[in-house]
Amino acid sequence: MTTPAVELVSIAKKFDDVVALADISLTVGDGEFVCFLGPSGCGKTTLLRIIAGLERQNAGAVRLRGRDVSRLPPSRRDYGIVFQSYALFPNLTAARNISYGLETRGWDRARIDARVDELLEIVHLRGFGDRYPAQLSGGQQQRVALARALAPSPSLLLLDEPLSALDARVRLALRQEIKAVQRRVSIPTIMVTHDQEEALAMADRIVVMNHGVVEQIGTPMEVYMEPRTLFVARFVGQMNVLPARADARPGRARIGAAVLRHRDGDTGAARGPAAGGAPVMLAIRPEEIVVGTAARDAENALAARVAGVQFLGAFTRLSLALAGDVHLECDVAAGALADVGAKEGGELTLALPAASLRAFPAE
Amino acid sequence: MSVAIPDRTVRHAIHGEAVLRAALLSMYAAFLALSVLYPMLQVALRSVQDGQGRFVGAANYLRYFSTPAIAASITNSLAVAASTTLLTVILSFVYAYALTRTTMPLRGVFRLVIMLPIFAPSLVQGIAFIYVFGNNGLVTRWTGVNVGIYGFKGILLAETFYALPHAVLILVAALGAADARLYDAASALGASRTKTFFTVTLPGVKYGLMSACFVVFTLVITDFGVPKVIGGKYSVMATEIYNQVIGQQNFTMGATVSVVLLIPAAVAMVVDRLVQRRQYALLTASSVPLRPQPHGARDAALVAYCGLVAGGIATIYLVILASSLATRWPYNFALTTKHYRFDTVGGYTALVNSLEAAALAAVGGTVLAFAGAYLVEKCRTVASGPLYVLSVLPVSVPGMVLGLAYIFTFNAPGSPLNALYGTLAILVISHLVHYFTVPFLSATAALKQMDPEFERVSASLGVPFYRTMWRVTVPVALPQIVALSMYFFLNAMVTLSAAVFLVAPGTELAAVAVLLMDDAGDTAQAAAMSVLIIAIGLGVRLLYAWLMRGVTRRTQAWQREPQAGLRPRRAVRWFGKSR
Repeated sequence: MTTPAVELVSIAKKFDDVVALADISLTVGDGEFVCFLGPSGCGKTTLLRIIAGLERQNAGAVRLRGRDVSRLPPSRRDYGIVFQSYALFPNLTAARNISYGLETRGWDRARIDARVDELLEIVHLRGFGDRYPAQLSGGQQQRVALARALAPSPSLLLLDEPLSALDARVRLALRQEIKAVQRRVSIPTIMVTHDQEEALAMADRIVVMNHGVVEQIGTPMEVYMEPRTLFVARFVGQMNVLPARADARPGRARIGAAVLRHRDGDTGAARGPAAGGAPVMLAIRPEEIVVGTAARDAENALAARVAGVQFLGAFTRLSLALAGDVHLECDVAAGALADVGAKEGGELTLALPAASLRAFPAE
Repeated sequence: MSVAIPDRTVRHAIHGEAVLRAALLSMYAAFLALSVLYPMLQVALRSVQDGQGRFVGAANYLRYFSTPAIAASITNSLAVAASTTLLTVILSFVYAYALTRTTMPLRGVFRLVIMLPIFAPSLVQGIAFIYVFGNNGLVTRWTGVNVGIYGFKGILLAETFYALPHAVLILVAALGAADARLYDAASALGASRTKTFFTVTLPGVKYGLMSACFVVFTLVITDFGVPKVIGGKYSVMATEIYNQVIGQQNFTMGATVSVVLLIPAAVAMVVDRLVQRRQYALLTASSVPLRPQPHGARDAALVAYCGLVAGGIATIYLVILASSLATRWPYNFALTTKHYRFDTVGGYTALVNSLEAAALAAVGGTVLAFAGAYLVEKCRTVASGPLYVLSVLPVSVPGMVLGLAYIFTFNAPGSPLNALYGTLAILVISHLVHYFTVPFLSATAALKQMDPEFERVSASLGVPFYRTMWRVTVPVALPQIVALSMYFFLNAMVTLSAAVFLVAPGTELAAVAVLLMDDAGDTAQAAAMSVLIIAIGLGVRLLYAWLMRGVTRRTQAWQREPQAGLRPRRAVRWFGKSR
């Protein structure tokens, strides 16, 4: 069995009496790209800073490649870091920024130059070495910061919201680029982000955090398809959440008069069949709702009024109102819209497939 | 949570860099403790003791307030400071308005001339007025009318000229930061010029005006040079300290007056700092600079006004220059250079000492202010707060009080610190501490403009903090650093108040020599020394301008265009410190 690149054991942190992190344990495998995802204040940045040694935990251990670094200062931990601001040294050229961490290592000039060239090549900035940061675009600065962090071949790469200072178009391109560079040098990487789309697109595994606790750890697919908690269900991707009441029969819940069968066995609802009448939350994604002809004879079919139609290009988002003032949104692919025939103010039938209808205990 | 989280954080193992940081912090703390805190406590302590060191409670204060002869110094000081403030702020507001809000000709010349008093010890103004209106003054002799310049009148006039540049600098900054959109809105709404002035212009510079008032008030109430030479029998607190200590060897009463003098100076400084903080918030990034429009009659009147004020200042310095070259002012105007031999004070030693002390204060002060700001700003510890307070404390300590405090500290029987007394080193330290706060705050501001992640990135790359400081922090802040050193140098050249207590045979300073020669009746030599001090100051200022161009070109090449925020328009706030 190989030692993990990063191992966090029961990390806890509080600021005065406010608990920022409560008993966090997780591992990052070799070459793995892990995202800490969560809303602001969830503790993700604090956790990253504890790994970096920029913040001191109240309890728990940090191990890098099996080595306990909990009590080491940042300079002895062997990681590279890219901050949101990039923190490029404004008075040094891109090349000097990249070589900054190499110059104190006793390398000779030729070796440093070769390494700088190699990194400029990797981040696709060949020929930009002589530019000062102020002469580079935001995306280019970002890549210089990445190259600088990678230059000494650290055993871990930390990215603190690295894309949030960039505009949307550049951000999309850089997602791919950072991911490609990470693959190429095969370095275990932890990225902090509040952008769930970014996390889904880039991570091998996502750690969803909220209020200082880990809500779920899983691949993007797992986190998206099988959210373990209502928080994850709501935070990652679009999700309709419908308040309901547990039915006496297991695996069923009521919304008004309608009895709906839902998925079971994999959620908090499985802690025991909720007692009849107990409040539960049903969750389904907009693209999982079936509308049109296919819905008519399907299980969990309901009548709905079309409250709004929003054309969004690749798909159209319908705002639907069920009886009892329950609202949900449904995405219909561009090609299927004609078949559905939805008009604002019109009526239609929808079905909530039981395999997609997740149930959570009400908060 | 189920398991209680311990209150203590996991400590990092001790390593070289942490040890170095802690060592530097302790050295800085020790310096401040020894040169600021301990001396000030000594003054406070002496004010509640009698001559034999016995505790006497408030007895000294009671005696101070109940002895009319010395108690008068309080009301005199307040009267002089308040009236000078009023006169100076009115004069400088109009002057600054003309410089910033009109297109009148000669603005460049007026801007330069008004700055002249910055390069001279304050008492030079006093000496000049004596040359013109004194018992043997030019005007007195020609007209036969003696206006009685010695006393309140003379102090008021001389202090006004001395304080003018400080107030003008503040008001030019305040008036220059106008938002044209407000004026467009006012004229679109049909407001008259007068109405616009009272509803837009004045409210816009309200904080600048308040700041100017506090700065001038502090400058005047703590000034020693002017009342010393032109005050005659009119005693103010600064001269009272001198009289008690030097004249009567009454150190306890000196300490008592010092503590009382600390109060108005400290209050004015604290309020000024609070006001300044607000001023910065007034301008936003979207403000549109105001472009002044020509206006015939108003501009002509303002040219005449500025000509009068600038002419007055120019006259002061021409009188000083002329009297230093005249054989026997005002009886024999034949040119001579004999006054430049300085035979009363033993030649050029004082000037050389001054240059040496100023250069050392410039180098040492800059290093210390920058390193101190770096340690306080970048190495956050429990000590950061107290160290910050100690670093900004010197700004509210008048020079006379600092000088007296240093006598208590460095001339105490049996203290190892006595070794410094009577050396040039103690003068360097007193210059450095006297003018420490402004450079410290400027350096802090420069450091705050830099990304706090620089040090963290460096640590992650295994680069020690001192290397990053040297390779990145210092080069990026170099324009500010050069400005700091000039600030130290120029102030050290002209300061008199602390030095007057600390000079010893062999360590006379030029500004003190001016006072001594004037005291001894060798006013022509005093004038000659003043001329040299001013010439050196101007020379250094030119050197600085030239150096700054080079520095900016070399080290700031990375800036695409000078950023508004970083532009070293006035990297150091000049004003607000007694001489």
